[in-house]
Amino acid sequence: MIVVVALIVLLPFAAAAAGLLATRLGTRNLGARSEPTAYRRAAWFAIVPAAVSAALTVWLAAALAGGAGASEGRFWSELLPGRVEGTLTVVETGSVPISLTLRADGLSVLAGILVVVVALAVQVYSVGYMRDEPRYPSYSAFVSLFTSAMLLVVYAGDLIVLYVGWEIMGLCSYLLIGHWWEDRANSRAAVKAFLVTRLGDVGFLFGIFVLGSAAGGFRIDDVLRADIPRGTLVVATLLLLAGVAGKSAQVPLQTWLPDAMAGPTPISALIHAATMVAAGIFVVARLYPAFLAAPPTLDVLGVVAAVGMLGAALAALAQDDLKRVLAYSTISQLAYMAAALAAGSDRAAMFHLVSHGAFKALLFLCAGLVIHHVGSNLISHMGGLRRALPVTFWTMTIGFAALAGLPPASGFFSKDAVISAVEHGTGPAQPFVYASALLTVGVTGAYAARAWLRTFFGPARIEPLAEPPPGVAHVFDGREAPSSMLWPAGVLAVPALLLGLAGSAAGVEVEWGPAAVSLAVALLGAGIVYALWRAAPEQDPARLLGPFRVPCERAFYVDAAYAALIARPILRLARGVARTDARVVDGAVRGSGRATLGLSGLVRLAQNGNAQLYVTGLLAGLVLIAVAAVVLT
Amino acid sequence: MTSQAPGLWPPSGPEVVFLLLGAVAVGSALLVVTTRQLVHAALWLVVCFGALAGGYLVLTAEFVAWVQVLIYVGAVVVLLLFGIMLTRAPIGPSAGLDSGNRWAAALVAVATAAVLVTVVVTGFRSAYAPLRPGQGAAEPLGASVFRTWVLPFEALSVLLLAALIGAIVLSRTDIRGRE
Amino acid sequence: MHVVYPVVVSALLFSIGVYGVLARRNAILVLMSVELMLNAVNLNLVAFDVWLGDRLHGGQVLTLFVIVIAAAEVGLGLAIVLAVFRTRRTVDVDRLRALAEVVRAPGSGRPDGEDAS
Repeated sequence: MIVVVALIVLLPFAAAAAGLLATRLGTRNLGARSEPTAYRRAAWFAIVPAAVSAALTVWLAAALAGGAGASEGRFWSELLPGRVEGTLTVVETGSVPISLTLRADGLSVLAGILVVVVALAVQVYSVGYMRDEPRYPSYSAFVSLFTSAMLLVVYAGDLIVLYVGWEIMGLCSYLLIGHWWEDRANSRAAVKAFLVTRLGDVGFLFGIFVLGSAAGGFRIDDVLRADIPRGTLVVATLLLLAGVAGKSAQVPLQTWLPDAMAGPTPISALIHAATMVAAGIFVVARLYPAFLAAPPTLDVLGVVAAVGMLGAALAALAQDDLKRVLAYSTISQLAYMAAALAAGSDRAAMFHLVSHGAFKALLFLCAGLVIHHVGSNLISHMGGLRRALPVTFWTMTIGFAALAGLPPASGFFSKDAVISAVEHGTGPAQPFVYASALLTVGVTGAYAARAWLRTFFGPARIEPLAEPPPGVAHVFDGREAPSSMLWPAGVLAVPALLLGLAGSAAGVEVEWGPAAVSLAVALLGAGIVYALWRAAPEQDPARLLGPFRVPCERAFYVDAAYAALIARPILRLARGVARTDARVVDGAVRGSGRATLGLSGLVRLAQNGNAQLYVTGLLAGLVLIAVAAVVLT
Repeated sequence: MTSQAPGLWPPSGPEVVFLLLGAVAVGSALLVVTTRQLVHAALWLVVCFGALAGGYLVLTAEFVAWVQVLIYVGAVVVLLLFGIMLTRAPIGPSAGLDSGNRWAAALVAVATAAVLVTVVVTGFRSAYAPLRPGQGAAEPLGASVFRTWVLPFEALSVLLLAALIGAIVLSRTDIRGRE
Repeated sequence: MHVVYPVVVSALLFSIGVYGVLARRNAILVLMSVELMLNAVNLNLVAFDVWLGDRLHGGQVLTLFVIVIAAAEVGLGLAIVLAVFRTRRTVDVDRLRALAEVVRAPGSGRPDGEDAS
């Protein structure tokens, strides 16, 4: 069975290698048909392994469901009791050994299904979205690599193996966000994403080292079973938290995620739903016993989540770019998961992770359809699309309903699970987190309603753009997108709608009291926005924020603050270093060279080629030596 | 030899003659290296060599003296004059015969002279050589050359031959070096 | 005959020759100065031969050899001078500077040292 796990991870990797190396193999002499050939081949390379991986994952889930009960009483032990683990080899490093281990258990399979399904949907969707894109082969190969890396994180049985996947994801996010690197802003966003997540990864790596050296091994089971002193554990988990905050875009490392919208829309779906940001939450869930044994870390996580969810939701309310609305909502929803983890319920966090993955991927794919149609990212350019895009309208309505937490969509159940977990939490910060979560529910309803209404209702504001700016989307053609793009959205709408029912059928109980409260709050937020919109459909309902709107739109100036506090001083320092290098270090080197030349110029005055002068010097020296020999002896 | 040596002063008759000849030689040598006319330098060289030949005679080395006159005065100076002619040197006085490092040269020369004179005077103050006429005549010298020194003599003839060929090769323009 | 007299005369002649070699520009004058130095040596040899009363007459025979070698040397030297004169149209020693590199201003280019003229 472990071979199946390895295949699930390696198939997308092989697809990436094939996509990078083989798409243009032998197409040179095809002339004009070479580009379509490469495109078709890349599409096959992308979709078939992803589909096989998905099928294998489903098979693996079935096998685990019927497996022996070897779990340690974690939340998935009733549903998916089986587990497999296989070690390829153990690398002796001299101190702490690294074992190349893969493992699959209920948690892995839950996340793995999410990853492969979303990845498959994104690959199919990209075939239509990236048509006429000359770099489609490398794009699809990077998506495959991204998927493979995330699957490696999910199925890793060793912290170092996990870290490998973690880092490859960072690389892939850089490559894909900067896909349209011709535009300077896009490459800047890619660099920003890379640097910010790297910053967290430093902490993550050191956290792994602390855990590994304390436990005497990097195997996750060994680490979780080891008897690690509490102080060490707190330090290690806090360090890990830095990496989690970087990857999952939590405060204070959240700034890269909205800028990552510079990438193609399917990439946003992939990053926001299945891979990158899910990895942070997944790692916490994977190492949850260690985090549970370190309550200070959970308190920090709770505060971070409380600040992040409300702030990001408010920022989402004020954005005009549809993709940025969704980006801030991702930060906010990830903060919910973090809050659930902080409150002690990894079950709620994983439930929300999966349902959020489904509906956020759906939302991004639908946003891509809308943008594909309108030719602009800005909500103020949209409106009245309900009739032009019926399929998109209905699927996106499901997505927004799930996002706002309206029954019977999946978001209602998972968010309820999170909120009741937070309510039952015992940490010192829990009341604060709970208040923040409830408030955020209201704001979420408000911004979901705003985006929905502004996009699909009201007067049409479409202005067919003659020449779309590079890297945005395609020319307006008045029709809905091709079916290869509609199908993934339609398929994803099913889990987005029904996953909650499935979850409750699988044993997640709904606590109707808090559910009713949060539903009321969400409806209140949505209702306020609806009332405002109703009063003046042309105007942005975000005006309800009043003077608070501009700070929200600028995400509370966090970017500006980072620029002023960190980026600019570091740049100044770097310039100073460069100047010092040029003036002092290079100056010393060049100066010594010049001084040597000057001195040698002085010396070479004697070497002027006049043999008489040479002989004069020779004889003078001879006389001096003779005199010295006489005088000194 | 040195036990019955007379004092340095007053000089004996041959010594007076030798000192006069030496003064002539040194003076004409000074003129050789300071004169402004090339041809005059060559002619002063004749005077210098002649005075030296006289000095050899006083020192009883008569064969050497005649050889000096024959080869130096007769051959070498003539060669030098040919050289002067062939390099189209100006016959009249010319200003640029001394190079720029004249003062350094003078300094070195004076220092050399001082060192040498000091050394030889301290070293040979009391050395005295009684002169016996005939010891440097052609007969003993010839006997010595062809008896004791015959091997170096033959080597010298080979050297002369080599020099002859070398001079011919150097001065003929139609013989090229190997490329 | 005191040995000091010829030896001092020889030392002075030698020093004058040194001065001539070092100070004269014309190559033929330099050759003449070399002859002066050789003669100083000859005088020394003869004087010491007389002083030592050598029965093999090593000093005087060596003097003869030196005279012969000097003649050969003058011949070769003149041939060289003539060859130089043919190629350079000058026999001024201080204008024959092929021993030196061409001097550039420092820093005006790569000091590659490959520019022997």
